[in-house]
Order: sequence, then structure tokens, then C-alpha cells
Amino acid sequence: MSAPLLSVENLSISFPGDAGPVRVVDRVSLSIALGETLALVGESGSGKSMTALAIMRLVPKPGRIEPGGRVGFQGRQLLSLSVPDMRAVRGGGIGMIFQEPMTSLNPVTSVGDQVLEAIELHASLSRADARSRVIELFSLVGIPDAKRRFGAYPHQLSGGLKQRVMIAMAMAMRPRLLIADEPTTALDATIRAQILELLRDLSATTGTALLLITHDFGVVNEVADRVAVMYAGQIVEEGTRVELLGRPRHPYTQGLLRSIPKAETRGRRLDEIKGAVPAPGHWPSGCRFHPRCSNAFAPCPRVEPVRTAVSPTQAACCHLLDRSVQP
Amino acid sequence: MTVLSADALLEIRHLRTSFPIRSGVLQRVRGHVRAVDGVDLTIFPGETLALVGESGCGKTTVGRSILRLIEPTGGNIWFRGVELSSLSADAFHPYRRQIQIIMQDPGSALDPRFSVRDVIAEGLEAFSIGADAAARTARVAELMRSVSLDPATMWRYPHEFSGGQRQRICIARALAVDPTLLICDEATSALDVSIQAQILNLLADLQAARRLTYLFITHDLGVVRYFATRVAVMYLGRIVETGPVERIFASPRHPYTKALLASIPSLDPARRSTRPTALGDVPSPERPPPGCHYHPRCPERLESCSRADPPVVAFPDGICRCVLADAGGQARTHAA
Repeated sequence: MSAPLLSVENLSISFPGDAGPVRVVDRVSLSIALGETLALVGESGSGKSMTALAIMRLVPKPGRIEPGGRVGFQGRQLLSLSVPDMRAVRGGGIGMIFQEPMTSLNPVTSVGDQVLEAIELHASLSRADARSRVIELFSLVGIPDAKRRFGAYPHQLSGGLKQRVMIAMAMAMRPRLLIADEPTTALDATIRAQILELLRDLSATTGTALLLITHDFGVVNEVADRVAVMYAGQIVEEGTRVELLGRPRHPYTQGLLRSIPKAETRGRRLDEIKGAVPAPGHWPSGCRFHPRCSNAFAPCPRVEPVRTAVSPTQAACCHLLDRSVQP
Repeated sequence: MTVLSADALLEIRHLRTSFPIRSGVLQRVRGHVRAVDGVDLTIFPGETLALVGESGCGKTTVGRSILRLIEPTGGNIWFRGVELSSLSADAFHPYRRQIQIIMQDPGSALDPRFSVRDVIAEGLEAFSIGADAAARTARVAELMRSVSLDPATMWRYPHEFSGGQRQRICIARALAVDPTLLICDEATSALDVSIQAQILNLLADLQAARRLTYLFITHDLGVVRYFATRVAVMYLGRIVETGPVERIFASPRHPYTKALLASIPSLDPARRSTRPTALGDVPSPERPPPGCHYHPRCPERLESCSRADPPVVAFPDGICRCVLADAGGQARTHAA
């Protein structure tokens, strides 16, 4: 197998707290192959967005990536790059889009000029070439009437069009990896369907790999090849889309999928996961899910479960799967 | 002419609500947004009516107009046969007790300076329920138990609770005055999915125990399909389709309803289901398109749709505001 495009190993992130540093991401490892779409799924506070920011080295202060973690991208170690080299990766090899297109665009510059700036910052193109590249990008992301929209200001565009502009900007330097953090969460249902189709098309036509951060398993099923589920700072299960949605093995993944309202469950009570997601700094001992798990047994509060493979592509961190653990 | 349903709990007719658009340093009014543009809606006792639509469609304004948190520009609202909009503030007060609302963000809906006991007891005091403070405290404890909160925590402050627990506090506060109709405005939208399931189960239990009627305002069609008994679909200020939930999801009549349903992602790994059928973007409610508001996005539009307002076609199980529904009705007549 060839080396992955992105490989994250043993990544931990902490913030200073009253009683010493508090971890928000705990020893996370993941990898993405060329052209692949990996969905990183979790509820609020699971650490999924912070993991994405760490890959871009954009962890907000006073947070810090702890020593010992590695982020490899196209054969380079991103965590040890100089600041200018890292800036070049952000504009070139890796693009990023966020949940709120409204707050990420400059309100007093036309959207065409904003994408133009992003191109001129990273490539030596003539003004005319850069301009036609912007119009080409606008067409690529499905902005109707791309030439005319070049001069539009953000407030003149709807939420869906603004998200397309953000995607155009992220795709400007033909990145090999696009990181999308909840790209459809703030959008209306009919617009979400359009943006999901666009993300699928982009990855098929340009071969760009995608790291999709989401809390929505419906979005996962529409776009992902593989899925990693995060809980309390850790990846607790990963597998292909079909494995994760069809036969989840971690009780947390199973519980999440069962708690989603569906047509089939109409008239019946929803399966709840009791309690609430623990906040960083208050993670339980042993398996962090054990106080909420209906299958918890003797070792769960004491021993941290190890990653156990259940297929060549699926693995979960649960004592129920680990034959070496005795109750 | 207005025909009222004898068995309706709440009846809304021709509701209009518009907001001034202001601009410039002097904030002059340069026009009006018709947020709600002639809405008719009937809510029957004990049902869960889902009012669905995308942002800016006016669904939240309908909910707030019922409570007179926003004064409507026109139209009438009857509650158990009493016309609410003509009542003075004093005469409206008792109805304010019958109709309660819970909102999307339980964090900002709770005053951080009040203990949970005082938050929940607020309505008891406003409506002089309970003999004294001790009786109200006992009532608060009972309400907290009914929403699965520990009464021992009643002297704590809202920020000490999780998002799901704060929504339980809001529900307890709404139930304190023993309402008949509970308006749930995106009540589970800000919650994580595992917590959303807890709150939906709680709302179902409370409905059964107290015979509550819900107006469930949401953009989440997955929740609607699971939770509602009847559905009203709203687009740019107008109701475009109503009907029982099973029929709406099995055979939607309005092209916009079809687009909404096609946008629900499936959880079945054997199929990827969303199809973007609505064209382009939602227009600004400041400048709704002429004729049928949906026509610029409609893949089934006729040439006349951009000129004439669509007819409201009545079916035995609801309405559909579309010229195609009319044609469909005639076709069925011929077939029969």
C-alpha cells in the first residue's frame, strides 16, 4: 500500500486550566489516502474540530499541541515546519472551509477579488490569468453567472452561494486535501443537498481528498468513504462507511445511530444514551463512555480499552471486543 | 367569509405580519418585509402540528404572533373560539397562561441571575398559582421531577447545567402554569443527537400525561417524520401544503415539499438518497418572486406560475397551493 496523503499520529492538544493543563484531544491517530473522503464524526466537545485545526496548525491560543504528536502530509512533518513553510501548505496543499461562510468573508471586498487575493498570494499569475482562474473556479463550484458574480459583495449573496465562494477559495490552489468543518450545518435543507452533491462531484473530478468534520450521520452517508467516530477527545471506532453505518461495533456508535429519529421508529420511544457528554477535564476513568454505556462491565471503569480490529478496515476501542480482557 | 372548525383548539385566518426595512443614517423606512403573508392554520386538541420550512420562511414569526410577542399586521387568531387579536392586554393575560413557548437556545432563554427554582416559579407568581413561596417551591420540585431533573439542584444557577438539562428547565417553566398549547420553536435543534432523543421522549411522555397540544416549529424533517401527526409546509411567508404526516412523506403534492423530502439524507449505507431538486437559492423575503413564490426554483413550473398567484386547492386531508394540484384534482375526477 502506498503512503497515505495525510497521517496523524498520537496527536494530543491541551489548554491551561486552574489545576494544570486540560486535554481536549487525546492521542488521536488517523490517516487519509489520496482522493479519499474521511468523515470525523462526534458530538459537541468531542475534539473533532480541534483535531482539524491542529492539522492546519491553527489551534487557538492558549491551546497547544503536546510533544510527541506527528502530522505527516505528502512526506513532510507539518508540526516541525517553519511558519512561512506552514503558511505555504495552508494556501497550497491543504484548503479549509468552515461552518459559517458569513463570518469568514470580508464584507467590503467583492467575492471575486477575495478569491483573486488568495491566488495572488500563493501563485505568480498575471492579473488577467488570475481573474480567469477565479471565474473558472466559480463555474467549478456551480456559481451561476460566474462572470457577473465576480464583482458581487458577500451581503448580496445567499448563504448557499457564500459557501460556494468559500469552497472556490479553498480549491483555488488545487489542494490535495480539503478540510471541511460542518460545511452544511448552517445551510437550509434544499441548499445542503446541493452542497453535498458539489463536494461529491469535486472529489470525483479533481481527486481532492476530503476530511469532513460533522455531527450528522446523514451527511456522513452521503459523502464519506471511511468514518472515524470521536468521543471525549478520542477516536473510539473507525471503519468504512458501510461498516460503520451497517454494523457499528462500539456501543457509543450504536447508541448514536439508534437515537436518530427515523420513519421506522415512529410511534416508539427513541433509544436514548443516558446522561450527557462529559466536558474536557471531567473525562471518566477507564473507558470514557462507561458511565453512559448499557453494556459496561467490570473492567470498563478501571482499564482503558485498546483498539481492537474487527475487520481489515474496521476497529473499535471496547472491552467487549477484546478477547484478552476477563470480566 | 370565515368558516371556523368547531373542534379546533387554535384557528389562524389570513395572518399577516410585516416588518419595516430601514436604511441609512436616519433609519428611514424604505419598505416592508411580509414575513407572514396570509397564513391559514388550524390546530386540533392533542395533536402535534409540525410547521416546517427553511430559514426566513416566516415559521418563527407565526409562533410569536400567536403569543403576541410580535403584533400581527392583519388577520385573526381564535383560541377555543375566542378571537385573541382584538383583546386588550389585560383580557389577553389569561390566554398567555394557556399558550406557552420553548425556544431553540435554552442558554439564552434563561436569566443567569435567577436560580432554577426562581426561573420555574416565575410563571406561578405571574398567575398567582400557589398559596405562598413554600407552596410554590413544592410545586417547582414536582415539576422538576416530571422533567427528570433532581429537585435537590433547584437552588443552582442555569449555567451549572448542561444544554439538555437547560432545555428541561425551560420545559418545566412552560409547564408550571399548566398550558394547553405548547409552541416548540426549534426546541431540539441546538442539541446533540443523543440529547435530542431524550428531549423528544420527554415531550412525548408529557403530551400523553397532560394531553398537551404541540405546535412544533422546525426545519428538521427527520424529526417531523418521527414526531408529528400533521404537517404544514411554509415557503416565503405562505403555507404551501398541509396534510397528515404519513401522506405528506408518502406522496407529497407540492413541488417544494417534494424538494424538502428529497433533501433528507438516508442512514442506510446501501443507498445515498439526497437529490437536489430545488433549483438555485432561496430568494430574500424582502423581494419574494411574483406569482407563485416558489416558481424560480420549481422544476415543474408552468409559464403562468410567474404571473398568477397559485390557487389554494382543498383536498379531504389538507391543502396544496399549486396550479398543478388543481390539474391533478381534475385528473382524478376523470379517472373516477
